[in-house]
Amino acid sequence: MKQEKNTKIQVRDLNLYYGDNHALHNISMDIQENKITALIGPSGCGKSTFLRCLNRMNDLITSAKIEGEVIIDDKNIYDKDVDEVAVRKRIGMVFQQPNPFPKSIYENIAYAALKHGIVKKGASCDELVEKSLIQAGLWEEVKHKLSEPGTSLSGGQQQRLCIARTIAVQPDVILMDEPTSALDPISTEKIEALMLELKKQYTIIIVTHNMQQAGRIADMTAFFHMGDLIEYAETETIFINPVEKKTEDYITGRFG
Amino acid sequence: MKSFELKQRNHGLKEQLIHLCLISAAAISVLTTFGVLFSILFEAIEFFQMRSFWYFITGTEWSPGVDNSKFGALPIFAGTFMITFIAMAVALPIGLGSAIFLSEYASPFWRDKLKPLLEILAGIPTVVYGFFAAITVAPGIVNFFASLGIQASFNSALASGIVMGIMIIPVISSLSDDVIRAVPDSLRKASLGLGMTEGETIFNIVLPSALPGIISASILGLSKALGETMIVVMAAGLRPNMTWNPLEDMTTVTVRIVDALVGDNEFNSPDTLSAFALGLVLFAVTLVLNVISLSLIRKFKEKYKVNTL
Amino acid sequence: MSRSTPKSDNPFYDASLNARHFRAKAFKLFTLSSIVFAISFLLFFLGDMVYKGLPDFQQAYIKIDVSYSEKSLASIRQAVDKKYRRVVSRSWLRGIPRQVEANPELMNTTQTRWVLLNHQVDQYLKGHYYKVKAKNIKLIDAMQKEGKVELQFNEIFFTHGDSKIPENSGFKSAIIGSILTLLVMMVVAFPLGVMTAVYLEEFAPDNRWTQLIEININNLAAIPSILFGLLGLAVFITLFGMPRSSPLVGGLTLALMTLPVIIVSARAALRSVPDNIRQAGYGLGLTKIQVVQDHVLPLAFPGIMTGSIIGLAHAMGETAPLIIIGMIAFIPDTPTSIFEAATVMPAQLFTWAGMPERAYVERTAAGIMVLISVLITMNTFAIYLRKKFEVKW
Repeated sequence: MKQEKNTKIQVRDLNLYYGDNHALHNISMDIQENKITALIGPSGCGKSTFLRCLNRMNDLITSAKIEGEVIIDDKNIYDKDVDEVAVRKRIGMVFQQPNPFPKSIYENIAYAALKHGIVKKGASCDELVEKSLIQAGLWEEVKHKLSEPGTSLSGGQQQRLCIARTIAVQPDVILMDEPTSALDPISTEKIEALMLELKKQYTIIIVTHNMQQAGRIADMTAFFHMGDLIEYAETETIFINPVEKKTEDYITGRFG
Repeated sequence: MKSFELKQRNHGLKEQLIHLCLISAAAISVLTTFGVLFSILFEAIEFFQMRSFWYFITGTEWSPGVDNSKFGALPIFAGTFMITFIAMAVALPIGLGSAIFLSEYASPFWRDKLKPLLEILAGIPTVVYGFFAAITVAPGIVNFFASLGIQASFNSALASGIVMGIMIIPVISSLSDDVIRAVPDSLRKASLGLGMTEGETIFNIVLPSALPGIISASILGLSKALGETMIVVMAAGLRPNMTWNPLEDMTTVTVRIVDALVGDNEFNSPDTLSAFALGLVLFAVTLVLNVISLSLIRKFKEKYKVNTL
Repeated sequence: MSRSTPKSDNPFYDASLNARHFRAKAFKLFTLSSIVFAISFLLFFLGDMVYKGLPDFQQAYIKIDVSYSEKSLASIRQAVDKKYRRVVSRSWLRGIPRQVEANPELMNTTQTRWVLLNHQVDQYLKGHYYKVKAKNIKLIDAMQKEGKVELQFNEIFFTHGDSKIPENSGFKSAIIGSILTLLVMMVVAFPLGVMTAVYLEEFAPDNRWTQLIEININNLAAIPSILFGLLGLAVFITLFGMPRSSPLVGGLTLALMTLPVIIVSARAALRSVPDNIRQAGYGLGLTKIQVVQDHVLPLAFPGIMTGSIIGLAHAMGETAPLIIIGMIAFIPDTPTSIFEAATVMPAQLFTWAGMPERAYVERTAAGIMVLISVLITMNTFAIYLRKKFEVKW
């Protein structure tokens, strides 16, 4: 199962069932390292479900049954000897609604890193918090109020705090589930700029319902429809010269 | 036209009457609280006109019914404290543990089965708990400690404390369960998404978020333990006893209230009125606890914008 | 689990996770054992009560000759043969004159009857602690072999009031006392509670006065029940001079205690009625009171009933305040009005639990079985009501 050099995640024949409902059909795709991959499609198409398969968040839904392989670093993360907790540590996630913990800004970032033993309490932890906040572009705004609760920040700041929190665990991949849909345009712009910066170090996969956003930031785009992966190609190709009729219809706004 | 107006006026009168009835009903409900307070307060004042207030709260000898009767309630408070402490030591971990299991780990199937069972525990009359404490638990404790060569009283604080603790489990678990379930799921997902185990997520994220509600539930349980009567009347002692040994017999505020009022004493004797003095203390303490508990739960509701509690 | 075996080709293997998973499991185990403890206590407790109480639904009888004569009416002990006098129940013998009164042709005859045995023999036959002389045990054993001693259904438990003779004591007057007391309670608390709820939910302006009422009701719910007994004693008995130990005072006391339960549940039920139903009513030109009376209240009714039944069940098991107002008096006769001295089920259990004879332990446990069955039935009915009428608006 050797992967191509620049392929980070290899998905093979992935099927997902919620009870009797067959939600994802035979998805196969290669996701490239240090690129931003956008998953687009009308709501209910399975793009968020697919995203959650990549760090085994669907394990939390007892009715969900998953078949197929998701190979990361030559290892299927659904193998029996793989610990889903270790998977989630390596593959971080940012959610649609900013969800900072009801703790201080500092603790929000330090919490998981301390638990994972990445740093010890003290100077090294302070350093990590600062580094993560700088990377998330939030340091200047919060450096004088690290002990204030994370929930006291504005929506856009909260979302960047959540990104900083994810970075602090030092993952390889960051999954983002419509990270800007709850934010205003200015905050959205900041987060998009941040993503372009972050892809130098991380592989980013983003679910978005906003096609313009995919066009602006994604290197690769995958179009999902009713649980099928219809088309997956470079973003330009998808937007300018799609192969499939359905993709074209969606891009041109005929449905969705 | 005239009859129409007349009808309208009659209607207005009837409406006003109903409105008045409703207001008086609400007024009676309010008066009850004050009724409880004042009926206790007046008799307590009468008691303190006969006996020293200072000795009541600091004195260590309680000897009603004799010529030179003394009313120092400290040993009674000590017994109440000891039994309540034992009860909370039982109820807090078990009640909270049950609430966490029900809200975080149990599948909907088991939740639906287990929760009503816990509610049965809440519906058992306290006289029944008292009987169980006196007939089954207390002799059990005596026998157990006798086998270790330690002597325990048949009216030990431990027996009534344990059974009282079990009685309070559903009080704590039910409210805690509601509060824990009200913690937004997004916080759990965020923590799990960072690679935290389920246990770490509950312990470090969910429980601290639910803390005001959990404290509120515990205070409610505490206040229930302080005011519980039947278990201690049936299983604890009558003797005011200041000791740290939970195997000895001790008495509580509620036991002494009952004891003072079931006899054939004159209503206006200090012996009888001492019950009202003790009642006043109980009223004040439980009222304060309840106010704290309510304000904590209100804070929690505001923080997470939940209205279902 | 295979995750604990290190594998060099597993990029997701993390040794530090083992300890963390262990702690997580230990935590889960703790919560699981908490609930297992609580539930097994419940089962142990119910089992213990059934084990102690079930034998009480039978009582020991002996088949012997009873002579109905002037002599036996004058001295009832003479009615049975001398050797049986230490084993049969005194209370049964005391009933002989009444039997004759009801059935005069019994006079001057000798009948073979099933006669109630006393509680010591009863306990012996049930294998409990007993105090019976050796010669009497021999007698009973011999009679039992002949089929002349047997355990029969304990009718007395359901047809008699309290008695100082254990085998003659029953639960009936307590049951009736409970019914009378709860009747008074519901007559007072139900309308008062519902009216208060309607006022607070539908009419009250949102001002400080209303907030005061709300805080009050919340606090009322947390007052220890025994303090309501103090209120009943000081106000209803001492101040108003109502009869001590009566269902009237008991009912009033419990009514005040149950009031907050009814108010809170009725308010919740009223709140769950959607606003558009009210608006539809106003749109038809109805007054506020008409809307509430004809449209809101009927819809909220199942919810109000559920809360009231729960409050009723709660009051039914309450003992402490009733002790304070004297409802633990010895009541052999069934009360017939709310002004007579009476006892209630839990108070009767309290009295029996304090009796020295072993037979009363059995009586208490049997009474508990009856009381808990009634309570569980009521609560189940309340849950059924809630489920049946649960409407998702």
